[in-house]
Amino acid sequence: MSESPPADSEPARRVLITGLSSYWGGRLAQALEAFGEIEAIVGVDSKDPTRELERTEFVKVSNQHGLIQRIVRAARIDTVIDTRLVVDSSTTPRRETHENNVIGTMNILAACAGDDSPVRKFIFKSSAHVYGCEQDDPAFFTESMGRNTRPSTAIERDAVEAEASVVDFAVKQPNVTVTVLRCSSVLGPDVRTSFSRMFALPFVPMVLGFDPRCQFVHEDDVVHALEHAAVNHTPGVYNVAGDGVLALSEVIGLLGKRPAPVLPPWGTGALSGPLRTLGIRIPDEMLNQLRFGRGLDNRRYKASGFEYGYTSRETVTAFAEHLRLHPIIRGVEQTYTYEGEVERFLRRSPLTRPPDAAPEERSGTEAEPFGI
Amino acid sequence: MAEPMRTSLAGTPKPGDEPETALELSERERMRGLMPAVEPDRTLDDWGRSERVERVFDETVVNFFYRYWFRAEVEGVENVPSEGGALLVSNHSGALPPDAAVIGKAIREEHPDPRPLYMTVEHFFKGYPGFSALLPKIGCVPAHPANVHRLLYDERQLVLVFPEGRKGTEKLVKDRYRVQRFGRGGFVEAAMRGRAQLVPVCVVGAEEAAPVFMQSKLMQRATGLLYFPITPTFPWLGPAGMLGYLPAKFKIRFLEPIDTTKMGNEPAEDKALVQTVAQEVRARIQEGLHEMLAKRKSVWMG
Repeated sequence: MSESPPADSEPARRVLITGLSSYWGGRLAQALEAFGEIEAIVGVDSKDPTRELERTEFVKVSNQHGLIQRIVRAARIDTVIDTRLVVDSSTTPRRETHENNVIGTMNILAACAGDDSPVRKFIFKSSAHVYGCEQDDPAFFTESMGRNTRPSTAIERDAVEAEASVVDFAVKQPNVTVTVLRCSSVLGPDVRTSFSRMFALPFVPMVLGFDPRCQFVHEDDVVHALEHAAVNHTPGVYNVAGDGVLALSEVIGLLGKRPAPVLPPWGTGALSGPLRTLGIRIPDEMLNQLRFGRGLDNRRYKASGFEYGYTSRETVTAFAEHLRLHPIIRGVEQTYTYEGEVERFLRRSPLTRPPDAAPEERSGTEAEPFGI
Repeated sequence: MAEPMRTSLAGTPKPGDEPETALELSERERMRGLMPAVEPDRTLDDWGRSERVERVFDETVVNFFYRYWFRAEVEGVENVPSEGGALLVSNHSGALPPDAAVIGKAIREEHPDPRPLYMTVEHFFKGYPGFSALLPKIGCVPAHPANVHRLLYDERQLVLVFPEGRKGTEKLVKDRYRVQRFGRGGFVEAAMRGRAQLVPVCVVGAEEAAPVFMQSKLMQRATGLLYFPITPTFPWLGPAGMLGYLPAKFKIRFLEPIDTTKMGNEPAEDKALVQTVAQEVRARIQEGLHEMLAKRKSVWMG
């Protein structure tokens, strides 16, 4: 993928975000709205957005390449940021995950391809699952290392296949700068992952006789990493992971929880069914992580100018603070529901003014007929 | 022992090779500068090594064996460099080999600037319950070339390897002190890539402390272990029998280091040079062992 970059790649101006209604799509759209030089942000998803957005245009569309291609060309999109990849098999049914991760990625790429396509930059949020998690892995994966074994779980297989089609796209479209960000396990006050659910339990389950190495990246750092790729020229594959690798026992200590080495070292997979009925959901791709752990070498993205806000340890302490505060503030924050009609009115109606307009204009002539 | 180690192939750079190598080198230097900072609040490092567990282990089990059981004697400890990456290469034997821990202890006890020693172990242990949680805490690292490289080049640590690997630990007592084949010389390549010193180490005593009389293929298959040795105490005393060492006298000799940084720009690419250096290291260890064994009056008293 390194041979693809044209040196004159420009920062993003007109951005399309896929998976707008997922956590990452919504967070990224909110973050990009603050960039004045980005003039247009379009978000697509098959579900309604879950976050309040000021100027992002939402188009409800599933991963159909024909429709997305029309949007891309009509809106003269120069940068596509693909945040859709499902990395946790416990959140989405198996078939839907495959449909989204493999077929969906192919469709998005097809929508961006073509000699007359306006797309100059493609950013793909991938996952450290492409490396897998095996006994004979190196302690720190660098971007150039492949895996020795075939992917053993569905999520890993999907991630590898999705990345393969991105690489294929990068080779066939040398005029497009392609960035792949392989994120390690994410933690944070806002995002829900299998790790955050596990760490919220009073006792954190461990596999008997194992103390795996864990590396985390803060949710804000992931958003900033995607942002960094949008505004800078970063062709190639990058690992996104916090500095430092912790032992699981160390993480549990930082969280102030107790370890519960209840999972048997052999046949752990067979136990995941009964555990699910107890409310402990351990997805297949996490089983090996609880035995062997995984570490990523994050220096390449740092060398491209990116700075992490949190180390792995700071990510865990930030999450621990959230866990302590959560029972107190729970239910206080209002949840956002997307109302298409309201959003359309706010964006399209001649009666509305942008929020930074002077207040006296608001009480001007248009407001009168409503009798305010 | 100063035979010419370089073959005719050594140090002949291919045309047009030079600038790219220099660029790669500076790039690697830059990457080293981006290593994660040490967080002072932590008691574990990124490899899972725990100061606390290591200290407890060191002050009890290792201290007892080092001081009273094996009565270890050390020579040439000044050959272990005080700074920079160095790869220690030693002969290896025994069912659950005591040599690694004793070498680490020797450096902690005798060296003017003691440094932690990372010991490379089989990947097998990472997947075996119990070992998997304990070994990283006392400084063991799975023997992956990338791990050794990061330790030597980026962290400039001391790393101990046993190039004999399983050929060493599976060795029976009748073959003691016959240094086995050194694989494909991967350890030399690792040292060259890591711009590190190679320090050959001879250990006398370990091969009698844990003698293996035979290997049971059948039991190995039944238990799923790496190998199933029959020793004076194992399997008769159960898993603890693995630690039933005989009180042989330990002698450790650190030999003169070989500096791989003086072998040209990319010596690891030169397979002939790698093999030559590997042979050289093996020969020096074997020679040192013979010399030490010739002087030894008693296996138990030294």
